[in-house]
Amino acid sequence: MNETLNPKAMKPADYATDQEVRWCPGCGDYAVLKAMKTVLADIAAKRENTVFVSGIGCSSRFPYYIDTYGFHTIHGRAPAIATGILLANPDLDVWIITGDGDGLSIGGNHLMHLLRRNLNCQVLLFNNETYGLTKGQYSPTSRVNTRSPSSPSGSIDHPVDPTQFALGSGARFVARAVDTQVKQLVDVLKAAHAHPGAAFVEIFQNCIVFNEDVFDDFTARDKAANNQVELQHGAALVFGEDQIRALTFDPKALGLKAVDIAAGDHAGALVHDVTNRNLAFALSQMTPPELPMAMGVLYDNPAEVYDVGANREPSKRALQDVMQSGFTWTVEPGATAI
Amino acid sequence: MNNMLVQDASQAAQDTRETVVVRIAGDSGDGIQVIGGQLGLTSALSGNDLETFPDYPSEVRAPVGTTYGISAYQIHFGGRHIKTVGDEADMLVALNPAALITNLAILRKGGRVLVDSGTFTARNLARAGYDTSPLEDGSLAGYQVMAADISRLTLESTADLDLGKKATLRCKNFWALGLVYWMFGRDRQPTRDWLEQKFARVPDIARANIAALNAGHAYGETMEASGEAASITVPSAQMEPGLYRSVTGAEALAWGLAAAAELSGRKLVFASYPITPASPVLHTLARLKDIGVVTFQAEDEIAAVCAAIGVAYAGGLGVTSSSGPGISLKQEAIGLAVSTELPLIIVNTQRAGPSTGMPTKTEQSDLNQALFGRHGESPVPVLAARSPADCFETAIEAGRIALTYMTPVILLSDGFVANASGPWPLPQVDKLERINVKNHVEPEGFNPFLRDPDTLARVWPVPGTPGCEHRIGGIEKDFASGHISYEPDNHQKMTDTRAAKIAGIARSIPALIPDQGETRGDLAVVGWGSTYGPISRAVTAMREKGHKVSHIHLRHLNPFAANQSELLAGFSRILVPEMNSGQLLRQLRAEGVAHAEGLNKVAGQPFLVREIEQAIAKSMGAA
Repeated sequence: MNETLNPKAMKPADYATDQEVRWCPGCGDYAVLKAMKTVLADIAAKRENTVFVSGIGCSSRFPYYIDTYGFHTIHGRAPAIATGILLANPDLDVWIITGDGDGLSIGGNHLMHLLRRNLNCQVLLFNNETYGLTKGQYSPTSRVNTRSPSSPSGSIDHPVDPTQFALGSGARFVARAVDTQVKQLVDVLKAAHAHPGAAFVEIFQNCIVFNEDVFDDFTARDKAANNQVELQHGAALVFGEDQIRALTFDPKALGLKAVDIAAGDHAGALVHDVTNRNLAFALSQMTPPELPMAMGVLYDNPAEVYDVGANREPSKRALQDVMQSGFTWTVEPGATAI
Repeated sequence: MNNMLVQDASQAAQDTRETVVVRIAGDSGDGIQVIGGQLGLTSALSGNDLETFPDYPSEVRAPVGTTYGISAYQIHFGGRHIKTVGDEADMLVALNPAALITNLAILRKGGRVLVDSGTFTARNLARAGYDTSPLEDGSLAGYQVMAADISRLTLESTADLDLGKKATLRCKNFWALGLVYWMFGRDRQPTRDWLEQKFARVPDIARANIAALNAGHAYGETMEASGEAASITVPSAQMEPGLYRSVTGAEALAWGLAAAAELSGRKLVFASYPITPASPVLHTLARLKDIGVVTFQAEDEIAAVCAAIGVAYAGGLGVTSSSGPGISLKQEAIGLAVSTELPLIIVNTQRAGPSTGMPTKTEQSDLNQALFGRHGESPVPVLAARSPADCFETAIEAGRIALTYMTPVILLSDGFVANASGPWPLPQVDKLERINVKNHVEPEGFNPFLRDPDTLARVWPVPGTPGCEHRIGGIEKDFASGHISYEPDNHQKMTDTRAAKIAGIARSIPALIPDQGETRGDLAVVGWGSTYGPISRAVTAMREKGHKVSHIHLRHLNPFAANQSELLAGFSRILVPEMNSGQLLRQLRAEGVAHAEGLNKVAGQPFLVREIEQAIAKSMGAA
């Protein structure tokens, strides 16, 4: 989060570049790009103080299409490069754009460390459960038995859940959104931006070419209501058509379970608390059809932001003093005797 | 004197020597490095020039008395300029049998060896691998052996302090130092002062160490009075007047980086992952937070270089540092810095490879890696530091090139240069030439790949600058607009431009001149990096014998100085000593110096002066 107030009202179009967008027609990335421009306008982001940093992959082309500062780096390393940018200038507003392969496979290490350090930036992980740019191999988030060019008889790797990875790494802000659910996505991105420290957002992004409708079990029009729960801090955890399902605590399983409730009767439902890490973990583990996918802000509990603290105080000494500290001696002109 | 045993006492006559090499060895817990450092400082105060090298075991703390737990410190001091730590030792101090067995080979025949006879127990002898005691079996004939029960004498000297046996025995290194001070006429006062300051909170410890130091010294005086041994006089050297300190290569390199930042008005951000023998640079800079230096201990080598690139993108002086294996991991990212034309310094403190190799041992085998270790056509300037003090200047030069030409620069140090130390006349940072590099702030006609027509460096617009928002990345850029481009002709042009930019750095490099000797002659010995000391000494010795041999030492390994080929053409023979299998040699031959011959050593050890002298003699003989 950074101060990005701008007296002049900004429009989403003010953040568009003159570059032709080169994603496949129908790609979920278009929706995210549109939402992002809306967010930037709504928060009146100063273009000169905003930096988008990406790795490699389809989503990592994102910076070319936003008229701020942008760095399209190398595979998996966007978190490390963003760290350097903020070490040099902590006043910048940095957005990291990564994907499931970029952020959790080749760059998983950097993502973990960025989150535990609590670097002051937003991380948007576009999860499409496939390697799009290299033509559809299975990814670290692909479900077991995913058929792809590199797993013709089905993948055998167990997938990693991005939000559980983030929570486990010590992230203090973890959220989820769907590419085409615009209002939810815009709200989540704004909340991420408002959070001081590292804010991690998993965006379910539909790859129309290699993994179409992979998230249909909870994003399809006829399934969303019963298979997503919209998280709101302080609100009851209810979902389903007519809001007649609720989440409660199952003491036997030490987890969540869904129960039927009467419409409007939220008394038995758990209330969402974004500062409760145990609840966030429990919510992150829910999967359809047994339990709904938890969408929105799972966890938002600010902690001390990474700050190297160099030169915060006016320095009392200079490099010359450093070099002259400790044991020194003077050789006088012409003196050679002991 | 009943615990004194002097063999071959006939050699113990009054002695004056121009230079002396002392090697001190003991268990890693014996405080060897501490007394070595004290001997260095008092020798500098005595007016000697000197060079020192610590020889640590690779084990963190090996069992007491084992050969692999031995820590050693070698110092060469004398009345002339000292450029090496010496081929062989004139005196060896061995605080236990393991120290003796692992270090005796470096003692010259007839040299003095001081041993703590109190440690030559059956158990310690067996641990060191001795079947019989070398103090009794005659195997030390040919050396001047001084066997004193240092452990017992230390206990006696501090008896009134009641510190307990264990704490008192920790003072025995200072007893040995006291005897060494007597031997070479060193003043004890600076060490007494140092001890009092160091142990100000535990004055009894200071007193015990001082008592041991004095007792060791008195022991020497008594021997001298009885004619059993004689002290050695080492004359002062002609040193340039000025303010001096002792500096290791790692410290000088770290401060040189800080100086480059100060001279260019940039924030230094040093991003590194711990690795032997490069870590001391990180440690030195980590203490400079109060002067605005940022250090970042990254999660891995790749994160370290990437963070440094991020720093450069945001307008700071980004530096990363490692040793060979870590540099391998950084190479992809260095390619990004080549492509995006961002300033970056990569320090490689080379060690013996490949793979883990011998991490604590020195080598120069990463020149090929620096020159060719990346993917694609990705030329990078390469510099090498020749000595601890030279690390300071070379680091500033790396900063100058990186910032002036908007390019990553590889700076090669090595395990020897990094750990060796010597007296350093302190430079005045504010008197050094400034590095004038401005950020681009003009929105009119802006694109991120506008170039300086002279240096071909691209502009450096940084985030925070209104109107200069731009996107860059590793994808090829259009020469004219800076936008993504896959055009064949454009890629050729950009490749040629990047190459011409690096080649053009040669125009800013001072003309190469011999370090010693004439600009034409029978033989030039051409070196780079830490071979400077032994080459320099060998060439001096051969010139004193009348040979027409010159020493040329390269700081710039890519590009070479513009006059290099012409200079080398003036010599009928070229000898290139390297601690690798001929990596510079190959480059010289590729540059047309077809008559260059290599002298190669890949043993994890620096060249001995005599090895280079012999090669020069052989080469001259063949001429």
